[in-house]
Amino acid sequence: MALNIFARKEMDTIPAIEAASLRSDRFRLEREGDWRRLDAIVTALEKGRVRRLADADLMDLPVLYRKTASSLAVARETSLDAATLAYLEALVRRAWFQVYGPRVGLAGWARRFFAGGWSASVRALWLDICIALFVMVAGTVVGWLLVAQDENWYYALVGDMAGGRGPGASREQLLETLEPAASAEGLGAFAAYLFSNNAGVCILAFALGFAFGVPSLLLLVHNMALLGAMLYVFDQQGLLWPFAAWLSVHGTTELFAILLSGAAGLHIGRSMVFPGTRTVMASAAVAGRRSAQVMAGCVIMLVIAGLLEGFARQLVGTAEARASIGGIMLGLWLAYFLLVRPRVDRNGESSA
Amino acid sequence: MSVTAATAPAYRRLARNRASRERELVTPEGLALPLTLASRGSRIGALLLDLLFLILALIAFVIVLGMIGINLATGSGGEEVTPAVELVVVVIILIVFFARYGYFLAFELGPRGATPGKRLLGIRVAARSGERLTAEAVIARNLLRDFEVFIPLAYLLSLAGGGVSGDGVMGWATFAWLMLFLFFPVFNKDRLRAGDLIAGTWVVEAPRVKLAQAMSTAPDHSKDYRFGEAELSVYGEHELQVLESVLRQNNPEAMREVMFAICRKIGWQAGAGYEREFLEAFYNALRGHLESGMRFGKRKADKFS
Repeated sequence: MALNIFARKEMDTIPAIEAASLRSDRFRLEREGDWRRLDAIVTALEKGRVRRLADADLMDLPVLYRKTASSLAVARETSLDAATLAYLEALVRRAWFQVYGPRVGLAGWARRFFAGGWSASVRALWLDICIALFVMVAGTVVGWLLVAQDENWYYALVGDMAGGRGPGASREQLLETLEPAASAEGLGAFAAYLFSNNAGVCILAFALGFAFGVPSLLLLVHNMALLGAMLYVFDQQGLLWPFAAWLSVHGTTELFAILLSGAAGLHIGRSMVFPGTRTVMASAAVAGRRSAQVMAGCVIMLVIAGLLEGFARQLVGTAEARASIGGIMLGLWLAYFLLVRPRVDRNGESSA
Repeated sequence: MSVTAATAPAYRRLARNRASRERELVTPEGLALPLTLASRGSRIGALLLDLLFLILALIAFVIVLGMIGINLATGSGGEEVTPAVELVVVVIILIVFFARYGYFLAFELGPRGATPGKRLLGIRVAARSGERLTAEAVIARNLLRDFEVFIPLAYLLSLAGGGVSGDGVMGWATFAWLMLFLFFPVFNKDRLRAGDLIAGTWVVEAPRVKLAQAMSTAPDHSKDYRFGEAELSVYGEHELQVLESVLRQNNPEAMREVMFAICRKIGWQAGAGYEREFLEAFYNALRGHLESGMRFGKRKADKFS
């Protein structure tokens, strides 16, 4: 081909401005150096090579971005070069994403999250937590009362998860289920399995909040009715205290996590039903982001609950020791959520 | 122009599809920045690519871990090895769990706001309101991904395999409920999944465009070809852009065809052998004519206006 200047390859030098016969092309050639420089900086940022950029380049990024944005505005009114317009639009968009892009990566977010972001968003959900707590207590009471009236309810609620803890079981059989395991063998895998399973339940409770929160509450009621039914069975044999202690080792952490995820789901549902002055979409987005913080924390709580359930509960034998582990965990969580405040400004006191 | 006439229906259909995905974002500088929403096809494609990468990485990782586990088991021998193997099992379960969520999270929080699958298809996540994309938004949209995509798909698979019965009111209710989420992006004009709705995000096209050569720096032939006012007012901006793309593609066949079409229209005698020179001269003259009209506030969209 005689003319290969139109071939698709990287251009090395910008042609002299006088070479262009059209006024809009001269406009473009005058500014092309800035555009290319912005392009190079944005490309480096996109590839995560911030450290390799010169300080001068980073300092100039906002200026170059504004210059290019104004070039685009002028070009739209004066130039009919479709290729240049498409390039400028893509470049300004990419630069916009970098200039106004996410400030923190995963590590930076995690630091802020533990230093108070998590507890602040939990506190912001206080009303939903109260509602969810009420629903959970109500669910437990309902489960207890149902089984107290008719023992067949027990099988309907618990199903095949009972594992020898049915209403007809003797005191010895029930006590046996609470015995610690002989050694830690195989418990690690068990704990990991439990975690994976419980995290699924929590995320489900959150995701169901999308449908105005009703399914989240139903899920909470169902799970807690199951607990109430079991409490009744153990109470019949006078084993309420050992069972509660056995459960509390991990239960305080796990039930807290389920409470929070249910509340997070409810928060989204509530914000969609009562959006206030915002639009429904904007209100859901704000609530969703706040709830997402809480949910990320729930996953961490469940990891801890899984470890407690797999190891501590099976290795610690006495009811008192179990209850005190559970109590200490509950105290720690409450202290964290109530006392840890996010840092107000850079010079303010440290959050913890 | 014959090229446009031949491709008009497909061209127009494509344009209408694109127009339905055009959105505008006003930057803090007050500049309206056009955004194009990602098509549903490219989003499904990106998800499938990501799942493929994830599965391949997990298989590789599990194989490596399995080899370590076997080495540990055979290396020390006897009964005491169980804790080591057990540790490997624990690590695998935790890794699988965190890979499912961490993969999407880590990549979407990066500077490109896209997972590798999205990046390959030239799309990314952006905040709907035009503000900064926050970590919380990315977490929220990815927590719901599980419920929207993986659970319905698992349900469909087990339905096909006979694992669960699809009969009865509960079966149908579950089916409808799950499918509602799976097909959520089909039912709204912004192509949002439920996770996008909750997080206040959407997925937009983010192509990287290379700057093409300036058109009017080619050798000047305005002395050889002189076009008058009447000849230049035949065409509008749309035809100019078609001509631009023909010149940039530089296909001799197409250029000859376009030259004959133009010459027929403006009543010139077409001379073979100088297609490119003629078209460049005509392009420059037409663009100069239309752009000077633009400066006075006169625009001509196409040859019909």
